[in-house]
Amino acid sequence: MKTFAGFIVKEFYHILRDRRTLLILFGMPVAQLLLFGFAIRNEVNDARLVIVDPSNDVETREIAGKLLASPYFVGVEFATHAGGVEAAFKSGRAREALLFEPDFAGRLAREGVAHVQIITDATDPNTANTVLAYTTAILQDYQRELAAGATPAGARIVPEVHMRYNPTLESVFLFVPGLIAFILMLVCALMTSITITREKEMGTMEILTVSPLRPAQIIVGKVLPYLVIAQGIVGIVLALARFVFHVPMRGSLAFLIAECLLFTVCALSLGILISTRTNSQQTAMMISLGGLLLPTIILSGFIFPIASMPTPLQVVSHIVPAKWFLIIVRGIMVKGTGIADVWQETLVLVGMTALFLGISIRNLKGRLE
Amino acid sequence: MRTLLFVIQKEFLQIFRNRSMLPILFVMPVVQLLVLSSAATFDVRNTDFSLVDEDRSVASRQLVERFEASGYFTVAQRADQAREADDAMQRGDVGMILHIPAGFERDLRRVGSAPLQITMNAVDGSTAGVAQAYALQIVEAYNRDIQVDYLPAVATPAPARIEIVSSHWYNPELDYKMYMVPGILVVLVTMIGTFLSAMNVVREKEIGTIEQLNVTPIRKGHFIAGKLLPFWIIAMVDLGIGLLVAHLVFGVHILGNLALVFALAGLYLFGMLGLGLWISTFTDTQQQAMFIAWFIIVIGILMSGLFTPIESMPAWAQKLTLLNPVAYFIQIMRQVLLKGAGVADVQPQIAFLTVFASVMMALAVRQYRKIAA
Repeated sequence: MKTFAGFIVKEFYHILRDRRTLLILFGMPVAQLLLFGFAIRNEVNDARLVIVDPSNDVETREIAGKLLASPYFVGVEFATHAGGVEAAFKSGRAREALLFEPDFAGRLAREGVAHVQIITDATDPNTANTVLAYTTAILQDYQRELAAGATPAGARIVPEVHMRYNPTLESVFLFVPGLIAFILMLVCALMTSITITREKEMGTMEILTVSPLRPAQIIVGKVLPYLVIAQGIVGIVLALARFVFHVPMRGSLAFLIAECLLFTVCALSLGILISTRTNSQQTAMMISLGGLLLPTIILSGFIFPIASMPTPLQVVSHIVPAKWFLIIVRGIMVKGTGIADVWQETLVLVGMTALFLGISIRNLKGRLE
Repeated sequence: MRTLLFVIQKEFLQIFRNRSMLPILFVMPVVQLLVLSSAATFDVRNTDFSLVDEDRSVASRQLVERFEASGYFTVAQRADQAREADDAMQRGDVGMILHIPAGFERDLRRVGSAPLQITMNAVDGSTAGVAQAYALQIVEAYNRDIQVDYLPAVATPAPARIEIVSSHWYNPELDYKMYMVPGILVVLVTMIGTFLSAMNVVREKEIGTIEQLNVTPIRKGHFIAGKLLPFWIIAMVDLGIGLLVAHLVFGVHILGNLALVFALAGLYLFGMLGLGLWISTFTDTQQQAMFIAWFIIVIGILMSGLFTPIESMPAWAQKLTLLNPVAYFIQIMRQVLLKGAGVADVQPQIAFLTVFASVMMALAVRQYRKIAA
């Protein structure tokens, strides 16, 4: 037991001695959460609009004015013929073009029908769809004003929509918990992914091998100091989420902290697993960085809803620990769920942690014997 | 020139001597491209909902059938009480609750208006917004149809109307993969190149072999070129494989000039590798280098417009993206590949990347001289 305590003290010294790395470990998550928490939004605002108006009459000017007065559009180009539209799309200057037909007001008055063409840059399908919907809604509003009083009232269903948990549709509620999961996963896995590899590369692994420490003890000793650091980071990011981004805390804070502890242990164990399997720090880092970064962003539900993915990929997303943690964090913070609703997700994380640790210990044993 | 070749040969040997590096450099990116590209979509395809039908009438059944027939909604639970539906939403089983109150059909016939309650799980606000819009469209269409059933058609003069014709250019089927594949490919290539170069010199420092290199007669220029060229070649090969996969597997039509894509990728990679090398020269350990490279790359990715549009960001963040090389290169890839843009269309991006590559190279070379001295 004394050897074990001594080993842990040594590991703490190792980390505390390197002030520069410590500064990096604490500074980076804070900077990222602050930057991304404010910057990442998926509402479409200020879409760049080209208006082609050969008619230039009261009606078209009024419609254009309505579009530009909305928060969704900014005008970048006003033309009288459609020649420049393609160039505007190719250079990325425009997201949408609105083309009125010549003699718009005249036709509307004489024939009762006038035409508008809307072209979107659909390389980004989400924005294309959204801006088209906004434009259509604004045009229909205008039309309703034209036809005011002409429509008779009939039997109709009056739907009443509630946006539960997030009535003002803040993206912060979605993205800040996502960022917490992403940052904790990557920072924790990166921290431990090179610990054992470094000992191998430096040759000090042999010394550990001949020490009376058992494999499980080596792993616990390696993880423990990082676990302490990780809890510090958890505290900081949760405080930022609450007080800077005003994400609600509808569930129990103690429960959330316990889940964060579990998740950081899980991510640290994954790092250790990578560490026991690789022989150079470079390989370990390429796996932990290159292999975890994009899957954690894309398959966790951080930005893209899991329900939107094709079914096989929804199955693949099960192996991403951050996915389970994200369900838990969003549940506790935004919906106020308790253990009764997320015990399954919690069990999955426990299972993954046990699996990662088990394989790591076996890998180390293989090396020792 | 011969020294340069030897340095390059040494670097290649060092990379490929490590057997596990080969799959990491060439297989891992391709697998990620294949798997992740289809997952990155904002399409709202299907919303499971909980139905609380207290009316159990012809009208309520018809309405629910409309929801199911739309393809956007599936009944996941038929709840007898609102309470059960609330629990299902709390657990995260359903994304919507459709509550049809008792007396729905009667009110519709007699009063001419009947309330309907739709509750969305709005934790993900944008998905909830889209699903809600679908739901309202279905209700609206049903409203129009029951006019015919419940009321005799009243002949009113048609009001003036504006006819809207819409077209989606470049991607008429609104296929998300077309948009995501080029972007994800950029990220993969960027990661491989930058991480490799960021860990390179610092590794020699950590192991102590940098001293040996410093006393050899290799000139600085040769040394740096020898360090960077192998990674540059690896990243360019990855880009080539990725484009092939994009075309053959995902059917991305390559409209623009491929030579332009490769030329600009080469320029961009020189910048990113220079950045990696610079990180490598001012850090003490591989761990530090890795964390700093990770930090910078993640900022590069999330502030690039790859996943969320730049226009959605607050104004100060939009200004920050003007300094982000990843953003410029993703714009180039998307515009050249998907829209067939030429040199004239991407001039600002080319200008920025040229400046970026020169500055990074200059920084890396200067910093390296310091540690060599």
